Amino acid sequence: MRHIISVLMENEPGALSRVVGLFSQRNFNIETLNVAPTDDPTLSRLTLTTFGSDQVVEQITKQLNKLIDVVKLVDLTEGQHIERELMLVKVRASGAQRAEVKRTVDIFRGNIIDMTPSIYTVQIVGESDKLDGFLQALGGMHILEVVRTGVSGIARGEKTLSL
Amino acid sequence: MELLSGGEMIARFLKDEGVEYIYGYPGGAALHIYDALHRQSDVKHVLVRHEQAATHMADGYARATGKPGAVLVTSGPGATNTVTGIATAFMDSIPMVVICGQVMSYLIGEDAFQETDMIGVSRPIVKHSFTVKHPSEIPAILKKAFYIASSGRPGPVVVDIPKDMTMPNEKYEYSYPESVSLRSYTPPAKGHSGQIKKAVDLLLAAKRPMIYAGGGVIMGGGAELLTKLAQQLEYPVTNTLMGLGGYPGTDKQFVGMLGMHGSYEANQAMHHSDLILAIGARFDDRVTNDPDKFCPSAKIIHVDIDPASISKTIRADVPIVGPVIQVLEEMMALIDDAPARSNQDAIGNWWKQINEWRQVHGGRYDTSSDKIKPQAAVEACWRATNGDAFVASDVGQHQMFTAQYYKFAKPYRWINSGGLGTMGFGLPAAMGVKMNFPEETVVCVTGEGSIQMNIQELSTCLQYGLPVKILCLNNGYLGMVRQWQDMNYEGRHSNSYLDSLPEFKTLMDAYRHQYVEIRTKDELDAKMEEAFAMKDQLVFINCYVDPEEHVYPMQVPRGSMRDMFLSKTERT
Repeated sequence: MRHIISVLMENEPGALSRVVGLFSQRNFNIETLNVAPTDDPTLSRLTLTTFGSDQVVEQITKQLNKLIDVVKLVDLTEGQHIERELMLVKVRASGAQRAEVKRTVDIFRGNIIDMTPSIYTVQIVGESDKLDGFLQALGGMHILEVVRTGVSGIARGEKTLSL
Repeated sequence: MELLSGGEMIARFLKDEGVEYIYGYPGGAALHIYDALHRQSDVKHVLVRHEQAATHMADGYARATGKPGAVLVTSGPGATNTVTGIATAFMDSIPMVVICGQVMSYLIGEDAFQETDMIGVSRPIVKHSFTVKHPSEIPAILKKAFYIASSGRPGPVVVDIPKDMTMPNEKYEYSYPESVSLRSYTPPAKGHSGQIKKAVDLLLAAKRPMIYAGGGVIMGGGAELLTKLAQQLEYPVTNTLMGLGGYPGTDKQFVGMLGMHGSYEANQAMHHSDLILAIGARFDDRVTNDPDKFCPSAKIIHVDIDPASISKTIRADVPIVGPVIQVLEEMMALIDDAPARSNQDAIGNWWKQINEWRQVHGGRYDTSSDKIKPQAAVEACWRATNGDAFVASDVGQHQMFTAQYYKFAKPYRWINSGGLGTMGFGLPAAMGVKMNFPEETVVCVTGEGSIQMNIQELSTCLQYGLPVKILCLNNGYLGMVRQWQDMNYEGRHSNSYLDSLPEFKTLMDAYRHQYVEIRTKDELDAKMEEAFAMKDQLVFINCYVDPEEHVYPMQVPRGSMRDMFLSKTERT
């Protein structure tokens, strides 16, 4: 099953390599990963998605918790949560295709954020499924480049992951 | 406040932390620190002949005392030479702080002379690591390093110190940090009372209980309490390789080591038990055999300081995360208050069954052979040392024979590389013990293969007067490799024969140590006593043992706990 693990950790050099190293060292997989400092500059927030059985994910969270740099973590998929991913897509858009791309972007509530006479650059935000869906919808088009941020997430309601 | 340079701070901190010996080897990036050490006399530096040995010496000290060992090396090769020792300590949860010199901070990343990214190299084998970015951080970082190394589940910590952090003329205020605060690290202080109650209820109702105790019982200081608990309950106890000595090896409730080379009765009892109290143990693959076939009818109580050890390979029914002493104390109190137990008859039957199993193999080996059996050599060593020596071991058949036949009566006496299986560990580990326990008998049981992996330390022994006794079970082969080749490769001994062994007698002469040779069975005891009688000298006991011998019992690969080879011709 897919899990989104959100980690609050010390904003120190080397902290990220410990987290990433743990995954290769212990044969866990990382599907997506993103990390940035929080409003408290001493802390970073790292979000990763991984696939594994309950037993494997339990080990992942326990092993992550053991890292001295990790302050707190939560498996967002254990409760109600919101997840978002941002994607930038550069797609060939000329002739008849130009209107078709525009329509598809509108349907997926994306934005065209840059253009040339033959290219649209599209920004689209949502759950990973929606991003996959958009790429599928563009199936017939000539996609030049895709950039995805990986999943970010936060728990619904009053639950927070903070100090 | 006093003004000290970074180098002086390191020396002073070690003194204030109560470190008596630091093991190491100097080099460019560590020279300021070495100079500071030279200008004080509280902390004594022990110069090894190879940095790996420094880590094993510190490790031996830590295993014998439960306190963190300290190591000091230079950057680059000095640091990378400690990797095996750090990994050894990591696998066995041994507290250790390794201070590594590093090139000047402004050179880092430029492939400077003797530069290695030691933080990166050591990352998967340390509990944590630090880089010093300003000299004034040194006391706080070292305090954190010692605290992290020795608290919770212990482990090695690396502190990387660029040379410009220790400049003699750059002085900063020094004060010894009395306490540490780390917002992201709080070792468990107390097991969950509800879980402990549940565990005790299960324990008191069990019909076929087993206590399976590992190295965590020893390092957690819980050996005495566990012994008390086991004896009050009158339940059988088995120890892991790391846990030997955690329960008296000569006691009638002790059923021997379990696992790959565990006793027949320990493995059978585990397999048939209905309740396992696992404490300070981690269900290692050398213990469980095939985890899918592991102890099918047992409920499992698992006590450990590290939550990640629980349900990692074997699912625990009652997980308890906490320090062994606190959990055992709470268990004892509940047992004391418990009403009369109803499982007495069942326990009587259980012991009857176990005693029958004891007759099946019983640690037997061929005593009629003309050759010296390695088991007999270990037993003779046990007799010559009254079963009360510190025994450090290398890795291989001799290690297993020692685990099986040297009946450890006390904790902290059995010093071996259980998790990593590091050949070359034995001699320096024994030296680390001897240095701190000069009045005690310290033996290194080794083979002619292992001993050559750190044999250069014979020189260190001479320099510091470390009269350890080296018992070399010499069979001319890498015995354990040979055993596997006999069993799995139709006896093709690929590279397991050690040709061109040194003349150990000449070698001991060169290092000015003593040499005793044992070639026949009838001289075993007398020669052993002769060697151990030379209290103030290092003696190399070259004991020629039967090269054909295998270690038994041995679990059948991918079987259950109870599936064992009992000799070359018998299996369960």
